[in-house]
Amino acid sequence: MTNIIIFLVLLVLGYVFGRMAERRHFKSIIDREKQYKHILCFNERTLPVHTPIPEVSLVAGNVVISIDYFKRIAAGLNNIFGGRVRAYESLIERARREAILRMKEDAQQHGAQAIFNVKLETASIYKGRGQQIGSVEVYAYGTALINKS
Amino acid sequence: MIITNIEIIPGKTVVKHLGMVQGNTVRAKHVGRDIMAGFKNIFGGELKGYTELLQEAREESVARMTQQAEAIGANAVINVRFSTSSITAGAAELFAYGTAVILEE
Repeated sequence: MTNIIIFLVLLVLGYVFGRMAERRHFKSIIDREKQYKHILCFNERTLPVHTPIPEVSLVAGNVVISIDYFKRIAAGLNNIFGGRVRAYESLIERARREAILRMKEDAQQHGAQAIFNVKLETASIYKGRGQQIGSVEVYAYGTALINKS
Repeated sequence: MIITNIEIIPGKTVVKHLGMVQGNTVRAKHVGRDIMAGFKNIFGGELKGYTELLQEAREESVARMTQQAEAIGANAVINVRFSTSSITAGAAELFAYGTAVILEE
């Protein structure tokens, strides 16, 4: 009986706080995406021809985001019936956009206007047999072009 | 030392390729961070401790790669790639590799 109560409490906590955190995070992502929209990201390897020769520098950003209890249970149920696992889709989207934003922040500090050859790397972090800690890491990196002026 | 993940550095030419250089580091999370991460797993959100840990680890692997490149007389590393693999529960390997070259104006 106590187990069921603990389970339900965790489920409700996960749902309420997880949703709150997610909404807040998406709002901040959208705000910052507007703020950094002057820095352009490309995944082309070749650089366009610039007349003042720009300097280059590696810029990167990473983030680790954890799933909440409710999402884990919801995804577990999805594993039975199949189909889209929406809980994870939004989690990974958040992580990717956040990593790209942090890369842009890094580029801003270097005074860059564009980032070329952007690569995204995703890794999942698990711990223990019961997958006690489930989180996703996204690392974004690229070459920033810095115009000397 | 110029480090990039593209093949050409604008305004400079590669005069000599010196082969691949690499740097790696294996990191374990410490218990305090793990407990915090356990709480965060209920509420969701960013694991700041892990973000910092992985970032520091990547910087170290790049530093090791740079050291290796300097040791063989390169002045740039191009085409850098990163790779992550988890070895056992609780430890991760971060790996950076690239081509060491000598550049001239």
